[in-house]
Amino acid sequence: MQRIGVFVCHCGTNIAGTVDVKAVAEALKNEPGVVFSTDYQYMCSQSGQNMIKEAVAEHRLTGIVVCSCSPRMHEATFRKTAQAAGLNPYMVEIANIREQCSWVHKDMPIGTEKAVILAKAAVAKVNLNAPLTPGESPVTKRALVIGGGIAGIQTALDIADAGFPVDIVETKPTIGGKMAQLDKTFPTLDCAACILTPKMVDVAQNEKIRIFSYSEVTDVKGFVGNFDVTIKRKARYVKEDVCTGCGLCTEKCPQKNVPNEFNLGMDNRRAIYIPFAQAVPKVATIDPNYCTMLKTGKCGVCSKVCTAGAIDYSAKDEYIEERYGAIVAATGFNPISMEKFDEFAYSQSKDVITSLELERLMNAAGPTGGTLLRPSDGEHPHTIVFVQCVGSRCAACEQKGKEYCSKICCMYTAKHAMLIRDKYPDTDVYVFYIDVRTPGKNFDEFYRRAVEEYGVHYIKGMVGKVSPEGGKLKVQASDLIYGKQLHIDADLVVLAAAIEPDKSARGLATMLTASMDTNDFFTEAHPKLRPVESPTAGVFLSGTCQGPKDIPETVAQAGAAASKVIGLLAKDKLLGNPCVAHSDEMMCNGCSTCEKVCPYGAITYQDKEFRMPDRTTKVRRIAVVNEAVCQGCGACTVACMSGAMDLRGFSSKQIMAEVDAICK
Amino acid sequence: MQVNEYKPLIVAFCCNWCSYAGADLAGNNRLNYPADVKIIRVPCSCRVNPMFILRAFQRGADGVIICGCHPGDCHYTSGNYYTRRRMALLFSMLDYLGIERERTRVEWVSAAEGAKFAATMKDFAEKVASLGENKRLEDLRCKK
Amino acid sequence: MQEIKREVLVNKAKELLSDGTVDRVLGWKRGEFDYDVTPGVFRSAEELDSGFVWGDFCGANFSKYLVKETAKGEGRVLVFLKPCDTYSFNQLLTEHRFDREKVYALGVPCNGMLDISRIKESAEGIVSVCEEDGKVTADTLYDGKKTFDRDALLPDRCSNCKSKKHVAYDELLGSDGEVLDSGRFDEVEKLEKMTADERFAFWQGELSRCIRCNACRDVCPACTCEKCVFDNPDSGVENKAAADSFEEKMFHIIRAFHVAGRCTDCGECSRVCPQHIPLHLLNRKFIKDIDEFYGEYQAGAEVGSRAPVVNYTTDDIEPSQAVERGEQNA
Repeated sequence: MQRIGVFVCHCGTNIAGTVDVKAVAEALKNEPGVVFSTDYQYMCSQSGQNMIKEAVAEHRLTGIVVCSCSPRMHEATFRKTAQAAGLNPYMVEIANIREQCSWVHKDMPIGTEKAVILAKAAVAKVNLNAPLTPGESPVTKRALVIGGGIAGIQTALDIADAGFPVDIVETKPTIGGKMAQLDKTFPTLDCAACILTPKMVDVAQNEKIRIFSYSEVTDVKGFVGNFDVTIKRKARYVKEDVCTGCGLCTEKCPQKNVPNEFNLGMDNRRAIYIPFAQAVPKVATIDPNYCTMLKTGKCGVCSKVCTAGAIDYSAKDEYIEERYGAIVAATGFNPISMEKFDEFAYSQSKDVITSLELERLMNAAGPTGGTLLRPSDGEHPHTIVFVQCVGSRCAACEQKGKEYCSKICCMYTAKHAMLIRDKYPDTDVYVFYIDVRTPGKNFDEFYRRAVEEYGVHYIKGMVGKVSPEGGKLKVQASDLIYGKQLHIDADLVVLAAAIEPDKSARGLATMLTASMDTNDFFTEAHPKLRPVESPTAGVFLSGTCQGPKDIPETVAQAGAAASKVIGLLAKDKLLGNPCVAHSDEMMCNGCSTCEKVCPYGAITYQDKEFRMPDRTTKVRRIAVVNEAVCQGCGACTVACMSGAMDLRGFSSKQIMAEVDAICK
Repeated sequence: MQVNEYKPLIVAFCCNWCSYAGADLAGNNRLNYPADVKIIRVPCSCRVNPMFILRAFQRGADGVIICGCHPGDCHYTSGNYYTRRRMALLFSMLDYLGIERERTRVEWVSAAEGAKFAATMKDFAEKVASLGENKRLEDLRCKK
Repeated sequence: MQEIKREVLVNKAKELLSDGTVDRVLGWKRGEFDYDVTPGVFRSAEELDSGFVWGDFCGANFSKYLVKETAKGEGRVLVFLKPCDTYSFNQLLTEHRFDREKVYALGVPCNGMLDISRIKESAEGIVSVCEEDGKVTADTLYDGKKTFDRDALLPDRCSNCKSKKHVAYDELLGSDGEVLDSGRFDEVEKLEKMTADERFAFWQGELSRCIRCNACRDVCPACTCEKCVFDNPDSGVENKAAADSFEEKMFHIIRAFHVAGRCTDCGECSRVCPQHIPLHLLNRKFIKDIDEFYGEYQAGAEVGSRAPVVNYTTDDIEPSQAVERGEQNA
């Protein structure tokens, strides 16, 4: 039998205002197991905690019930108190008589009656509590960053800076991500490449960082501190350690008609290619979908011209396995497909482009060498129409676009408009918007400059239709402020396409058992207080995979994620959650049902010899729970028919005792 | 006993991560709901065994509600999907046996939905109260 | 009348015993009366000759017996499996409940097994039962000779047979059949169409007859737990008697829930119930719901299949919709 102490907190008047705390303490005195019951002003205060410690010593308590605020608030506090008093911290239960009683009920007798019942349920549970000891697990002092854009780069640099090895896995042949494709950055208009490429070089030169480019994560097992990750290194048919990046092969390759994804298909590259001049790692990659040699076995030009002998047509995908202590998701974003927005004639006219395509058209390394020319005829456009929120804030058309605001479009459109007006003052620039959203340091000033200094025509209203007609784009739009229809003959229409998480994120989230919202953005452990952690321990979030962000925010979050990783890797050991499942081997059928529902793969089976009463031995298949992997959800406990599987801290007996106490 | 004096006894199983936190938020916002509702904290809605539900009815509960994270938001990724299947089958079976279907419910309540929690409990308590005492799944040995 | 003769089964069993393929045979043994057939283990040709029976009352599903029988020794066990038994056989293999290597499974075709209680309804003191051309004649002490249509004596599980196809065997005696399109859910549908009050009255009437003998559990090939929750004082549901109407309902709800997705609908529970409670209607409700909510699933059709109760999709039906759907059916 337990010796239980009950401590009823007044929480000032928060509880005592609606619950007769003295009556509660009195009513609990006669409960089975209770040897001491009292009330106090603030149980969580130093003197309140001392009161508990003294009572433990004086009454030789084996269990504690605190009737107070939510266990989500102070369960940890009182567990520490119990531990300091020499008790096992898991011999504490909280009766939530504030959030779930005094704060929601106004009538004192009703509140008191309910508080007594809740306290009795807690006592019933403690009567069945057993001391629990969390398991320890070691921490592998190596981090994995998935995604090599600016978010991944910054996170990796910061972690490496603290002295921990980091691997970056990037699906593209080079790191750099979307930022490498941008021309200038708002609101300072510094060139993206000028600030990004030095960081890429830092990554390449950092001894602590390994880059697995042209690679994908294919499997993740394990748990915080010990993730076993399988990385698929796609065959690039070029030996990374041999290639010097001279680029000769990319000039000699006879297959010239491969759409260049770096320039969003607006020009062509060869079948063997280096995505851009500052690529890291600067090695060539053969595109197996276009390479004549790989497809027909006839060609081999690149191999002939490569003086380093780096070409290897027989290369195969390789899988490497590595163990990591922490994983950072930095999978980034893509503009959504414009397929469903045919009112803007994206598929009908080459001169209707997305903003990211405009970035390439304005970039010195882009298809036009930085001169803004119409994709259709190479002419200089004189009238340009920007359409904002294409697919963003699209509540009514969920099938088409996204409900959320993509956040960055207002600012980059202002940037585009300003740059065009600056470089080509003879150009008329119209921006159609729902709202202009510029909350950020120097953001609104930047937008005002576009309007006031650069004379960009900002028009509140949406574009209804764009129709290509005689080399022009007929734009029909409404001006909501003047309440009139506008017809503009434009040379170029730029769509601010909504952004969405990269498609790889969904599969990755499943592998990581990290949760996602309905838009496939990773969910944070707490939206305000733990914004860079996923709810899955050891998995962190960096950049736009968590939600739309601009570059400064992404870099800030990347650093924050790095600091969380560093905090984890600095530990030698992690304490686990002792409230995990365990199987009673005498009752286990070995039927594999529990294994099927376990989200963490924590259950395995073994054949074990049992000595029978008649002195024979019998081999039986039984379930074994890996306590370091189990997160304690309890799915297995219900799947188990025999009741062999139970959950520590939330055992069936404990829960039924609570049910009984409440229903008494 | 007069009908309007009748107070139902309701057991609410709430998952620790979403619904229990939603109940706490209802408290923080001082959103009133009937005191007939008594919450039992479980790590995940998938911890709720049908045996617990029957046990509650046996011991005198008039209604049992299970609250978990919204599908897709489970802290344990998939726990509430199992809850959804198990409870769909169990509730359908109870209905098949002629047990009033309003006595059992599953509701998805997130940590941000304090108002939904309070409104759900109010609605559930009213529906259960209108059914009156649980006669079809009562155990006479457990009567007071 | 069964398609295959007793001699064929006995000879096959003797052959497998003598060539050492198996060292014992799980078969049907005559009890006190013709119709009183029980499972038994035969170890020699002599035992088979004297005790082995095969006929219209060999309803027992042997799959479950393999769990204990295979654990008894190293030798292989010969087992006879009717088509519906093979589903249970597979389900037990899915759950790793016995070692397949220790079993030699002989599939036998089945024309449906008779329900003696249907004869007993109008004839007392049955001495013997024989059959010719679809007519069954019972010789009785008190009512003389009584003749019945064979079809009228089939229990529900046989008149609504779901499959004449063997889904597992090492060797098949006779011919194999097909999966049938049976009306096995008709009764469930009828109940679903009743009002809640009518359903309650129906089940109250049926379940209140339960004497909690546990025969349904003991015979059920899905109930092979090392320790059943109803025998475990720690489970919170242990009880030895149907002391209250709650207890009856709880026992049958929990039992049906525990076998949901695993029950192959073999009908053994209803066959052995001494109170003639139509227990298969509980199991079939779960099977019907599973089929309708999550797509058709036949437990035991394949070894290793994942039952819908331990699976999910992200757009499953909500429990509230599941219950309302019953209303739409009504």
